[in-house]
Amino acid sequence: MAQQASSVTVSAHALYRSYGSRVAVRDVGFELRKGEVLGLLGPNGAGKSTTMQILTGNLAPDAGSVHICGIDLLEHPRMAKALIGYLPETPPLYRELTVDEFLRLAAKLHRVPRHELAGAVLRAKQRCGLAEVGRRPIGSLSKGYQQRVGIAQAIVHNPEVVILDEPTVGLDPIQIREIRALIRELGGEHSVILSTHILPEVESVCDRVQIMHDGQLVYSDTIAGLKQFRQGHSLVIGLRAPPPHAELQALEGVTQVEDISDTLVRLHFNPGANPTDALVQASVARGWGLYQLSPTQASLEDVFVQLTQREETEALP
Amino acid sequence: MIFTLAAKELKILFASPLAWVVLAILEAIVAYVFLNQIDAFDAIQPKLAQLANAPGITEIIVAPLFASVATILLMTVPLLSMRLLAEEKRNRTLPLLMSAPLSMTEIVLGKFLGLLAFLAAVVAMPTLMALSLYAGGRLDPGLLLGNLLGVALLAASFSALGLYISSLTAQPIIAAMGTLGALLGLWLINQSATEPDSVLHYLSVIKHFEPFNKGLVNTGDVAYFALFTLTFLVLTVRRLDRERLGG
Repeated sequence: MAQQASSVTVSAHALYRSYGSRVAVRDVGFELRKGEVLGLLGPNGAGKSTTMQILTGNLAPDAGSVHICGIDLLEHPRMAKALIGYLPETPPLYRELTVDEFLRLAAKLHRVPRHELAGAVLRAKQRCGLAEVGRRPIGSLSKGYQQRVGIAQAIVHNPEVVILDEPTVGLDPIQIREIRALIRELGGEHSVILSTHILPEVESVCDRVQIMHDGQLVYSDTIAGLKQFRQGHSLVIGLRAPPPHAELQALEGVTQVEDISDTLVRLHFNPGANPTDALVQASVARGWGLYQLSPTQASLEDVFVQLTQREETEALP
Repeated sequence: MIFTLAAKELKILFASPLAWVVLAILEAIVAYVFLNQIDAFDAIQPKLAQLANAPGITEIIVAPLFASVATILLMTVPLLSMRLLAEEKRNRTLPLLMSAPLSMTEIVLGKFLGLLAFLAAVVAMPTLMALSLYAGGRLDPGLLLGNLLGVALLAASFSALGLYISSLTAQPIIAAMGTLGALLGLWLINQSATEPDSVLHYLSVIKHFEPFNKGLVNTGDVAYFALFTLTFLVLTVRRLDRERLGG
C-alpha cells in the first residue's frame, strides 16, 4: 500500500483559479504515476499554462491542493519545488550568461550539491544536445538551441517530475524528433507532464492524455483510448455524377450527408456500420462515378468539437 | 542560496556594459571632486596654520567627497536597481526563480545584496582616495568611518526602495524614473518645512545623512535607515507574493 502511494508523483485535486472575473481553471484534478508521460492538450487559452503554473508553484490556486510525491506544494513549497523541473511557455533564460554558467546557476538554485554540479551540468548538456555550445552566451543562440537550454534547465537537477509547457515550439523537425525521444527517455525514470496543441506529438510521446477546454478537463484517457476515440465515423467521397442526398442517405448505416463541394460529399455513419461496401456497389450499379474514397480520422479540432458539443448536450435538461 | 542569487545579479550586471560605464563615469566624477578639494585645501593651508582649532584634511577633503558620493548614489541607484525585477518580469525569467526551491525572502535578499555588492565597488574607490591622504598627513578615522557607515546605510536604503519600485512594473525605465522621483522627493521633502520640529525633517533622507557626514553616529539616524531598508524589502516580498496569489 505504501509502495503504491509513493509511486504517485503528482496529485492535483479540485484546482480552481480565476483572473478577475474570468475563470481560467475550473475543478481540475488528476494523478500522475512514476514513469508516466501525461499530455495536456487544448486550444490556446484553455488553461493549460495556468494549470502548469499552479503545479509548479508559480501561481497559487484559489482552491484545491497539489501534492508532489506526497508533499503538499502549498504548505511545504520548498521541499516540493525541489522535486520539480519546469519549462515555462517562454524559456526563462538569462541571455547574458553562457550555457554552462546558466545551467550551473539553475543547478545551484535547485540545491544540487557542489561536488555534483559539474556532472549534472554535463549530463543535462549531453541529453539536450548542447555539448558544443557550452561556452556561448545564450543570447547568441538560435531559438531552437535556446529552447533546448530551457529543457536542460528543467532537468539539470534530475527532478522527479518534469513539467514542460509546449517544449517543441520553435524547433525544426529533426530537433523535434530528438526532443520527443528525450521526453520518452525522461518518462522512463521521471514523471513528465507536457502541454501541446499538436495531436501527433501526444500520440508519439505520451502514455496518457488529458484534454482541456475552457479551464476544465473534458477528456482523460490512455493513448489507445484516444486513438479509438479519434477513429472517424465519416467518409469523404468524390462522385462525378452525385445522386440526390436521399439516395445516399438510404445506404445502410448512413446518418447524415453533407456537401463539401459539387462533387465531394461527406457521409457520416453509425459506429460499426461502415457503408463503404454498399457505397461502392451502389456507385457501380447506378453510375455515380466514384473517383475518391477516404475515411476521415477526426482531427484535433473535430475531437474538441465532439467533446465540447457532448458537454453542451449533456448539460441540456 | 542568497549568495548564489547575489552572485548571479553581479555577474549579469558585469556582463552588460552598463555596469562598467556607470563605474567609469562615477569614478571620474568622484576623482574630480577629490582633486578639487585637495586644491582647495592647498590654497587655504597657510591660513589654517594660524587658526587655533583648525579643521583637518578629513573635514575639508573627505567629508565633501562623501557628500558627493551620496548625491551620486541618489542618481545611480535608480539606473542599477531598475532591472532587478522589472527586467526579469519583462523577459519572463522570474519563473526560474519562482519554481526553484527558494523562498520569496531569499529571492528578494539575493537581489538586494547583489546590488549592494556592486555599490560597494562604487564606494570603494572614493574610500581608497581618502586613504591615500595618509601619504601626506593624518586622517580622522572616526570621521571617515562615520562617513562610510552613512554612505553604506544610504546605499542600502536606496537599493531597497529601488528594488521595491522595480517589482511594481515590467518596464525598467519606468522603475528607474519612479525610483529617482521617490528618492529626490525624500531628499528634498523638508525644503518647504518652516518649523524646525516639522515631521518633514524627520522623513528627509538628507537630514539623516548629514550627521554621519559630520562624523556623528546617532542611533536615531541608524534606526531611520534600518527601518527604511526593512520596510521596502518587506514590501517587495509581499508584492511578489501577491503577484503569485492575485491575478
